[in-house]
Amino acid sequence: MAHRKPPLREVHADRGAKFTGFGGWEMPVEFDSIRTEHAAVRDSAGIFDVSHMSEIEVSGPDATELMQRLTTNDVTALDPGDSQYSCITDESGVILDDTVVYALPDELDNSDSADPTYLFIPNAGHDEQMYERWTSHRDEWGLDAAVDDQTEEWAMFAVQGPDAPGLVADAAGSDVLDCSRFEATYAEIAGADCLVARTGYTGEDGFEVLCPWDAAESVWSEFDCQPCGLGARDTLRIEMGFLLSGEDFDPEEEPRNPYEAGIAFTVDLDTEFVGRDALERAKEDGVDERFVGLKLAERGIARHGYELRDESREKIGHVTSGTMSPTLGEAIALGYVRTDHAEPDTRVRVVVRGDEKRAQIVNTPFLENK
Amino acid sequence: MFEVPDDLRYMESHEWTSTDDVARIGITDFAQDELGDVVFVELPDEGSELTKGDEFGVVESIKAVSDLYAPISGTVVGVNEALFDQPELVNDDPYAEGWMLEVEPADDGEFDELLTAEEYREQTE
Repeated sequence: MAHRKPPLREVHADRGAKFTGFGGWEMPVEFDSIRTEHAAVRDSAGIFDVSHMSEIEVSGPDATELMQRLTTNDVTALDPGDSQYSCITDESGVILDDTVVYALPDELDNSDSADPTYLFIPNAGHDEQMYERWTSHRDEWGLDAAVDDQTEEWAMFAVQGPDAPGLVADAAGSDVLDCSRFEATYAEIAGADCLVARTGYTGEDGFEVLCPWDAAESVWSEFDCQPCGLGARDTLRIEMGFLLSGEDFDPEEEPRNPYEAGIAFTVDLDTEFVGRDALERAKEDGVDERFVGLKLAERGIARHGYELRDESREKIGHVTSGTMSPTLGEAIALGYVRTDHAEPDTRVRVVVRGDEKRAQIVNTPFLENK
Repeated sequence: MFEVPDDLRYMESHEWTSTDDVARIGITDFAQDELGDVVFVELPDEGSELTKGDEFGVVESIKAVSDLYAPISGTVVGVNEALFDQPELVNDDPYAEGWMLEVEPADDGEFDELLTAEEYREQTE
């Protein structure tokens, strides 16, 4: 099946980007070099085209009820302009997706009612599945809410790095700097109505900008900083210990609940949602495996799927993501190990192409002060 | 355009070799560009025997792992140990400072079975 293309596919190609298939989309993986792009985000600023991320709007009298029942966090805690990290789980508590849920600022809420309108961001390629999940549960529960898949209406850019707030303020007006982390506001950039949120997935300060699909090029051009691809996005998020859907959790290949995956803070058991009872049991019983950070003590790089062993060579888990950290110059990885081996400083072995390499469990984020 | 020196021979899998009595082996400019930032190189020890077409090592970039294939058979008589501390030399200078192995060829006739520079250019265009 042909990949879906972001609105700036040809603009990026003209800039010399290399592309990769990701979540059914053809996305830029590298513009210059991962090392250069990664350093720009850590030291100054970089801009990522993340238009492959899905967008689904939920509105109407029962929008809050529908969001509350299908996500693990407490959406009633959101005032207009707030957002939160959350999970979508199945009945057994397995993460189907992780997402950011926005309660849209009043300026962007086009409905006439006083009910909040939500926009949530499923991962790339999950829009149809989540649209189906939302509409089928809405109908089953008899709720009055409109669900609108707007994935190909919104382009999305992440402007990240210590200089990113200044760049976004130059483009969107200094009011955006009033936003705290996880707050969003309406702003006009290059004449387009945009949602500007102080969120991101790099560990740096910065903003994510959602703009209308047909304004993508003019909005992208407003930001004079290093263009970055998904390659640098991956190394940046691994350094922070952030999960990647399809790599670090996946309902088929890597079924995990939020407690195993280290994102218990997304679960509010005081709310009612699909998977809640299973997660309450998981919290009470504890989990057998936990998501951890690893550092290799020997030359080599741990990659997705590599086995983890204890010092007596017994299998205790596996790697889900790994790379050479451009910031640290060390091989780092993320993965799941048996809970009795999950404490920081525990010595483990990573099996790299048949050879056991010494490694150690470490706290994440790998970078301090982020 | 990628650099493809005329005096070298090439594999379809993007390794190059010189045709000297002690042949140098590495990966091409095209290959290093495709890989991106090289961060790790795993090479055989001196004295190891290579068999044409077989894997002899691994090159890893930040984003990917790639096997290395021997363009010729022979005995490894030199290893570029500078790559262990500076794997980025493969990116910076793939045909000179980024060389990987020196090999005493077992059969000079094998050079003729490899791609010429012109044939390799056609493959990568």
